[in-house]
Amino acid sequence: MNMIEERVSKAREQASEFFRPDQVWPFLVPDQPQQVDVSKQVLLYVEGLNLSFDGFKALNDLNLYINDGELRCLIGANGAGKTTLMDVITGKTQPDSGTVYFGSNINLLDRSEDEIAQLGIGRKFQKPTVFEAQTVFDNLELSLKSNKGVIPTLLARLSPTEIQRIDEVLNIIGLQEQRFMLAGALSHGQKQWLEIGMLLMADPRLLLVDEPVAGMTPQETERTAELLQSLAGERTVIVVEHDMEFVRSIARTVTVLHQGSVLAEGTMDQIQANKDVIEVYLGEDA
Amino acid sequence: MSSLISSIFANRGQPGGRVMPFVMILLVATVLASCLNLFTPEGSALHVSTYTITLLGKYLCYAMLALAVDVIWGYCGILSLGHGAFFALGGYAMGMYLMRQIGDRGVYGNPILPDFMVFLDWQELPWFWLGMDQFWFAMIMVILVPGILAYVFGFLAFRSRVTGVYLSIMTQALTYALMLAFFRNEMGFGGNNGLTDFKDILGFDLQSDTTRIVLFLITAALLSVALVTSHWIMNSRMGKVILAVRDSESRARFIGYKTETYKVWLFVYSAVIAAVAGALYVPQVGIINPGEFSPINSIEVVIWVAVGGRGTLIGAVVGALLVNYAKTRFTAILPEGWLFMLGALFVLVTLYLPKGLMGLYGQLKDKFSGPSGPSSANDRKTSDTAEGASA
Repeated sequence: MNMIEERVSKAREQASEFFRPDQVWPFLVPDQPQQVDVSKQVLLYVEGLNLSFDGFKALNDLNLYINDGELRCLIGANGAGKTTLMDVITGKTQPDSGTVYFGSNINLLDRSEDEIAQLGIGRKFQKPTVFEAQTVFDNLELSLKSNKGVIPTLLARLSPTEIQRIDEVLNIIGLQEQRFMLAGALSHGQKQWLEIGMLLMADPRLLLVDEPVAGMTPQETERTAELLQSLAGERTVIVVEHDMEFVRSIARTVTVLHQGSVLAEGTMDQIQANKDVIEVYLGEDA
Repeated sequence: MSSLISSIFANRGQPGGRVMPFVMILLVATVLASCLNLFTPEGSALHVSTYTITLLGKYLCYAMLALAVDVIWGYCGILSLGHGAFFALGGYAMGMYLMRQIGDRGVYGNPILPDFMVFLDWQELPWFWLGMDQFWFAMIMVILVPGILAYVFGFLAFRSRVTGVYLSIMTQALTYALMLAFFRNEMGFGGNNGLTDFKDILGFDLQSDTTRIVLFLITAALLSVALVTSHWIMNSRMGKVILAVRDSESRARFIGYKTETYKVWLFVYSAVIAAVAGALYVPQVGIINPGEFSPINSIEVVIWVAVGGRGTLIGAVVGALLVNYAKTRFTAILPEGWLFMLGALFVLVTLYLPKGLMGLYGQLKDKFSGPSGPSSANDRKTSDTAEGASA
């Protein structure tokens, strides 16, 4: 008799714990994109990242810290893990081990690509990727910072402030005259800019830019350098680039990746004087 | 008149073009045909026979099915080779209602059980037949069953990021599996004979001219609604997202759109249009059987859309009407030759009319307005990307 009573009271206790009026069940808690916490001045923490593809170690215990408002260049030979690192940060690839934090409070590894994008991390692909069948204006409209759910998007109307914002970005990327042209008809350099413009529309906190000046004329390269430099400070920019001239012209801090981990970090001059870097880049006879 | 034509065809740049003039023509034509059937004496030169009305009604159902495929393939690049499944499911739901309407007028005179169940010696209605004698309930099922199937299928497929040819094969397998299932007598849908011998709908005799004309007009009206709604969706920002998914899904993801969700809901929308088309088809044709699920039917729909021009909405309707008219005429002359004709048509359209009949206007205009200006270069680019997305 006692035992039954005990069980009943225990069950009742469990039930009242389960139905606690002051708490919401975890699956009912709306997961609001949290505000990123940068009180420690660091925007991105990448720690102990490992990833291998069929035995090939693409990332090997990689550690990287990016300060808020910094313009950082990543360099390294092919296969050094630059693009893979970007894939991990933007949620395209899951690492085997390690952590990636946006600010000190947001774990990027449990979020999907679209959630990461909405947190304010924009990415430009190596090959310029724009929506070719749509106009430049539409491309930018799609990239607006807005509620990206199905129904809000279906009912969305451009507000005057949004149109103004699009005009502003068109101005920054110098495509005002092409605004109603199909994006597919733009030149290679213009597509690169349009893609950067699309990132800017979303008002991102962190920009990951993969080879922004590939295939650009010297004048275009120069303008891109200006553009990226003007963004730093207000936003944080990580640039992956092969063009050393370009890196020298924009970077304050350079990180060299080699075989999936950080080989050296410092100013361009420090890097060029670094023994390891010289060895890796120029071979043993240097 | 020429401005009307150019306003229909001049759809370059904006998705969907202008759909209103076309809807007007469609509605006027259907009303005119109906009046000619009702108010002119038989034998008069202007008389439209009831046979023709039924045939046109059937074409309009096909046009609606083609529209459904165009929405998902033309705009989102998802080549569904299984839309016949949703069409047939909608048709079966309607067929079940019509079957229950027969009541005791069947061969066996059982007031509750349809003939085939009596024949199979079943004692009572299976649970899934309950409530199907109510028109409103059957109509809810027409939308709900295919809608839920599309949601579940889409959710599983798109969340696992299955795309391209693999997805097409899966849709094909879906419709094939359903065909095999519906062929079985134990399923309770009449086996390979399907559902037929319908008597009336909502109390109106299905054989009477008036009922047929009303069904024909309802089909035209619903097709118009589907056209206008689809046009509205494609011109909203959601439509732009859908095009973006077609041309570069990962880019769309990295600017913050949950592309799977968009694909799933568009797939459901498209499946529901197909199901409504099927539900309208059955009372006009008078039969629904598992043959409607056969994979070849779904593939034929894709050809209609390709002929008309995908990603144009109107093109799908035009393509379905023309190809089916050709089929009716051609099978009367040389029945065995039709499939060869259809195959040849598909090859020719792919080679010479990559944008279908709707693109013909643009192609001719470019040809005659001298060496191409920048706009024609744009068009070609566009069709290339569309091709790439569907490949």
